[in-house]
Amino acid sequence: MSIAATFEIEYLQYLDADGKLVRSDLPEFARDAKQLVELYKTMLFVRVFDTKAVALQRTGKLGTYASCLGHEAAHVAIGSAMREDDVFAPMYREYGAQFVRGVKPREVLMYWGGDERGNDFSGPAHDFPWCVPIATQCLHAAGAALAFKIRKEPRVAVSVVGDGGSSKADFYGAINMAGAQTLPYVSVIVNNQWAISVPRTIQTGAKTLAQKGIAAGVECLQVDGNDLIAMRAAMDHAIKRARHGHGGMLIEAVTYRLSDHTTADDARRYRPDAEVKAAWEREPMKRLRTYLTAQNVWSDKHEEAWKAECEKIVDVEVNAYLETKTQPVEAIFDYVYAELPPDLTAQRAQALALEQRRG
Amino acid sequence: MAQITLIEAITQALAHEMANDASVVVLGEDVGVNGGVFRATAGLSEKFGTQRVLDTPLDETTIAGVAVGMAVQGMRPVAEAQFDGFVYPMVDHIVCHAARFRTRTRGRLSCPLVLRVPWGGGIRAPEHHSEANEAIFTNVPGLRVVMPSSPSRAYGMLLAAIRDPDPVIFFEPKRIYRQYKEEVPDDGEALPLDVCFVLRDGTDVTLVTWGAQVKETLEAADALAKEGVSAEVIDVATLKPLDFDTIHESVKKTGRCVIVHEAPRTAGFGAEVAARLAEHAMYDLVAPVERVTGYDTHIPLFRLEMKYLPSVERIVAAAKRTLAAS
Repeated sequence: MSIAATFEIEYLQYLDADGKLVRSDLPEFARDAKQLVELYKTMLFVRVFDTKAVALQRTGKLGTYASCLGHEAAHVAIGSAMREDDVFAPMYREYGAQFVRGVKPREVLMYWGGDERGNDFSGPAHDFPWCVPIATQCLHAAGAALAFKIRKEPRVAVSVVGDGGSSKADFYGAINMAGAQTLPYVSVIVNNQWAISVPRTIQTGAKTLAQKGIAAGVECLQVDGNDLIAMRAAMDHAIKRARHGHGGMLIEAVTYRLSDHTTADDARRYRPDAEVKAAWEREPMKRLRTYLTAQNVWSDKHEEAWKAECEKIVDVEVNAYLETKTQPVEAIFDYVYAELPPDLTAQRAQALALEQRRG
Repeated sequence: MAQITLIEAITQALAHEMANDASVVVLGEDVGVNGGVFRATAGLSEKFGTQRVLDTPLDETTIAGVAVGMAVQGMRPVAEAQFDGFVYPMVDHIVCHAARFRTRTRGRLSCPLVLRVPWGGGIRAPEHHSEANEAIFTNVPGLRVVMPSSPSRAYGMLLAAIRDPDPVIFFEPKRIYRQYKEEVPDDGEALPLDVCFVLRDGTDVTLVTWGAQVKETLEAADALAKEGVSAEVIDVATLKPLDFDTIHESVKKTGRCVIVHEAPRTAGFGAEVAARLAEHAMYDLVAPVERVTGYDTHIPLFRLEMKYLPSVERIVAAAKRTLAAS
């Protein structure tokens, strides 16, 4: 027997869990302390926001909310590596990426607070909104990438899917299309080990999720998803090659969902405390803070001051959300079609009349 | 001017709009060099290149999902589901996404795609190639569901569908793809969507139908005329949103209505037409509404399929029952 093909999956890490550099070839952006500090500050902002959003849900001021606790490095790296006119297709907890791209925290709250206006992003006009059906966003991003390729625009589409979502046909279809058509598409699997209660081990027998890209003909890489430097380096590489016509890439960001799946879930029912405790040792904030502190560009004093600032900004956003009036009843009808068909005109009038009778 | 068939009218409309609008792209299985299994995209690949006439991997989910993504990003994709029975893997993207982007984002994004679906039975095809599954889509808000029944309507309605700012499911009655030819000038004139077409005026009974059944229904009207019965024939053409006014005006005149469709009866789109007649035309009716439909069974394999499809005989009999009732 001869060998038809051989493959390897590389793993990328710069900062280990203790905040120590494990490679000497730091990428350009990471040699700029200022830039790293800015990224760390964004991660901290995301965590402050996330904590507040969970608290809002617990006090009945927000609907079901999907926390991003533990995903801050992966998400901020994705958002910060993209250009403004690139297109992002999230699943439903990528706030770190979205804030970098200009989505307002109040918009996140509005969406989870039951108001479609949360999807009318004030920032990235072409970004896809949150996508609840699992993995469908991958194909939408591939479609966006195909549009860029046909129009010869130097733009890149990026989607995020979970470890569970990487079992779906849509995920495979998207990377397969990217391979077949050399699309400017970057698919990121944020592997947080849990799809609600189902662990990574029973999603697939594959050793890595990154290797799923091999069969699709895209470049593959596994990354420490808790290491901002590695994640950002991987994203920079993937986006650059996509933008220059070298095709798609699949990145598996290995991280851990430190929160419940959503506020409607209780993860204590299905996963051991010891596992969660161990995951906290590897979480993304601490190692970067340790590293930045060792570089003398960050300190406890900075941390406290910035956290206080974040609290203030988040409070402003929360207040804006809480003060947003519910849409009038006709909003149910007004965006279903570009122009309201006569059938719906009658139903709209009915709903309005009912509303007026109720006063 | 050349006379063309319904399928050739589809090709003519695609070619016209691709020349007219650079954002129009065709994608699907075998739509490229092969020109489509029904020849709907014949010659387009040579004319517009393999990027705008794109042979996709053989995965309906991919075709639908990619078309959604392209449409949201400003393209006008015309995706082909090779056969009606292969549309089901696409439903997730059509229902959960294409139909919802506008409302979900409060109008920030929209999804102006067209999904072309060769539709219905009667061509002696294998299993899953003969489905009349339009009612799956007529219950979905945000979609347009259309079905032309002549070469000129196929041309004009496909142009309208591609230009429409919302997603359109474009069912093509494949049994009449090549039934007859018509002069269809390639003038780029779209026909209006959201309206029914009155194909034949009559005073005694209204026959309401769409798609391939227009053929049998017109033949039934001829047969009825020979017996002195004047039947009005309406091609619904756009099922959603429904132009009920045209149907209602006709029933005000005739007092009788027979609804003819190929799909199974229960919760078929005829049920919606009948329900609207019950709501709005009760006092115009002089006889119970009749439905002539496929049975509530699967369409059989082809040896029996013509016994499943509504026949001229069944339509005539139903019309006569409405006449006997009053």
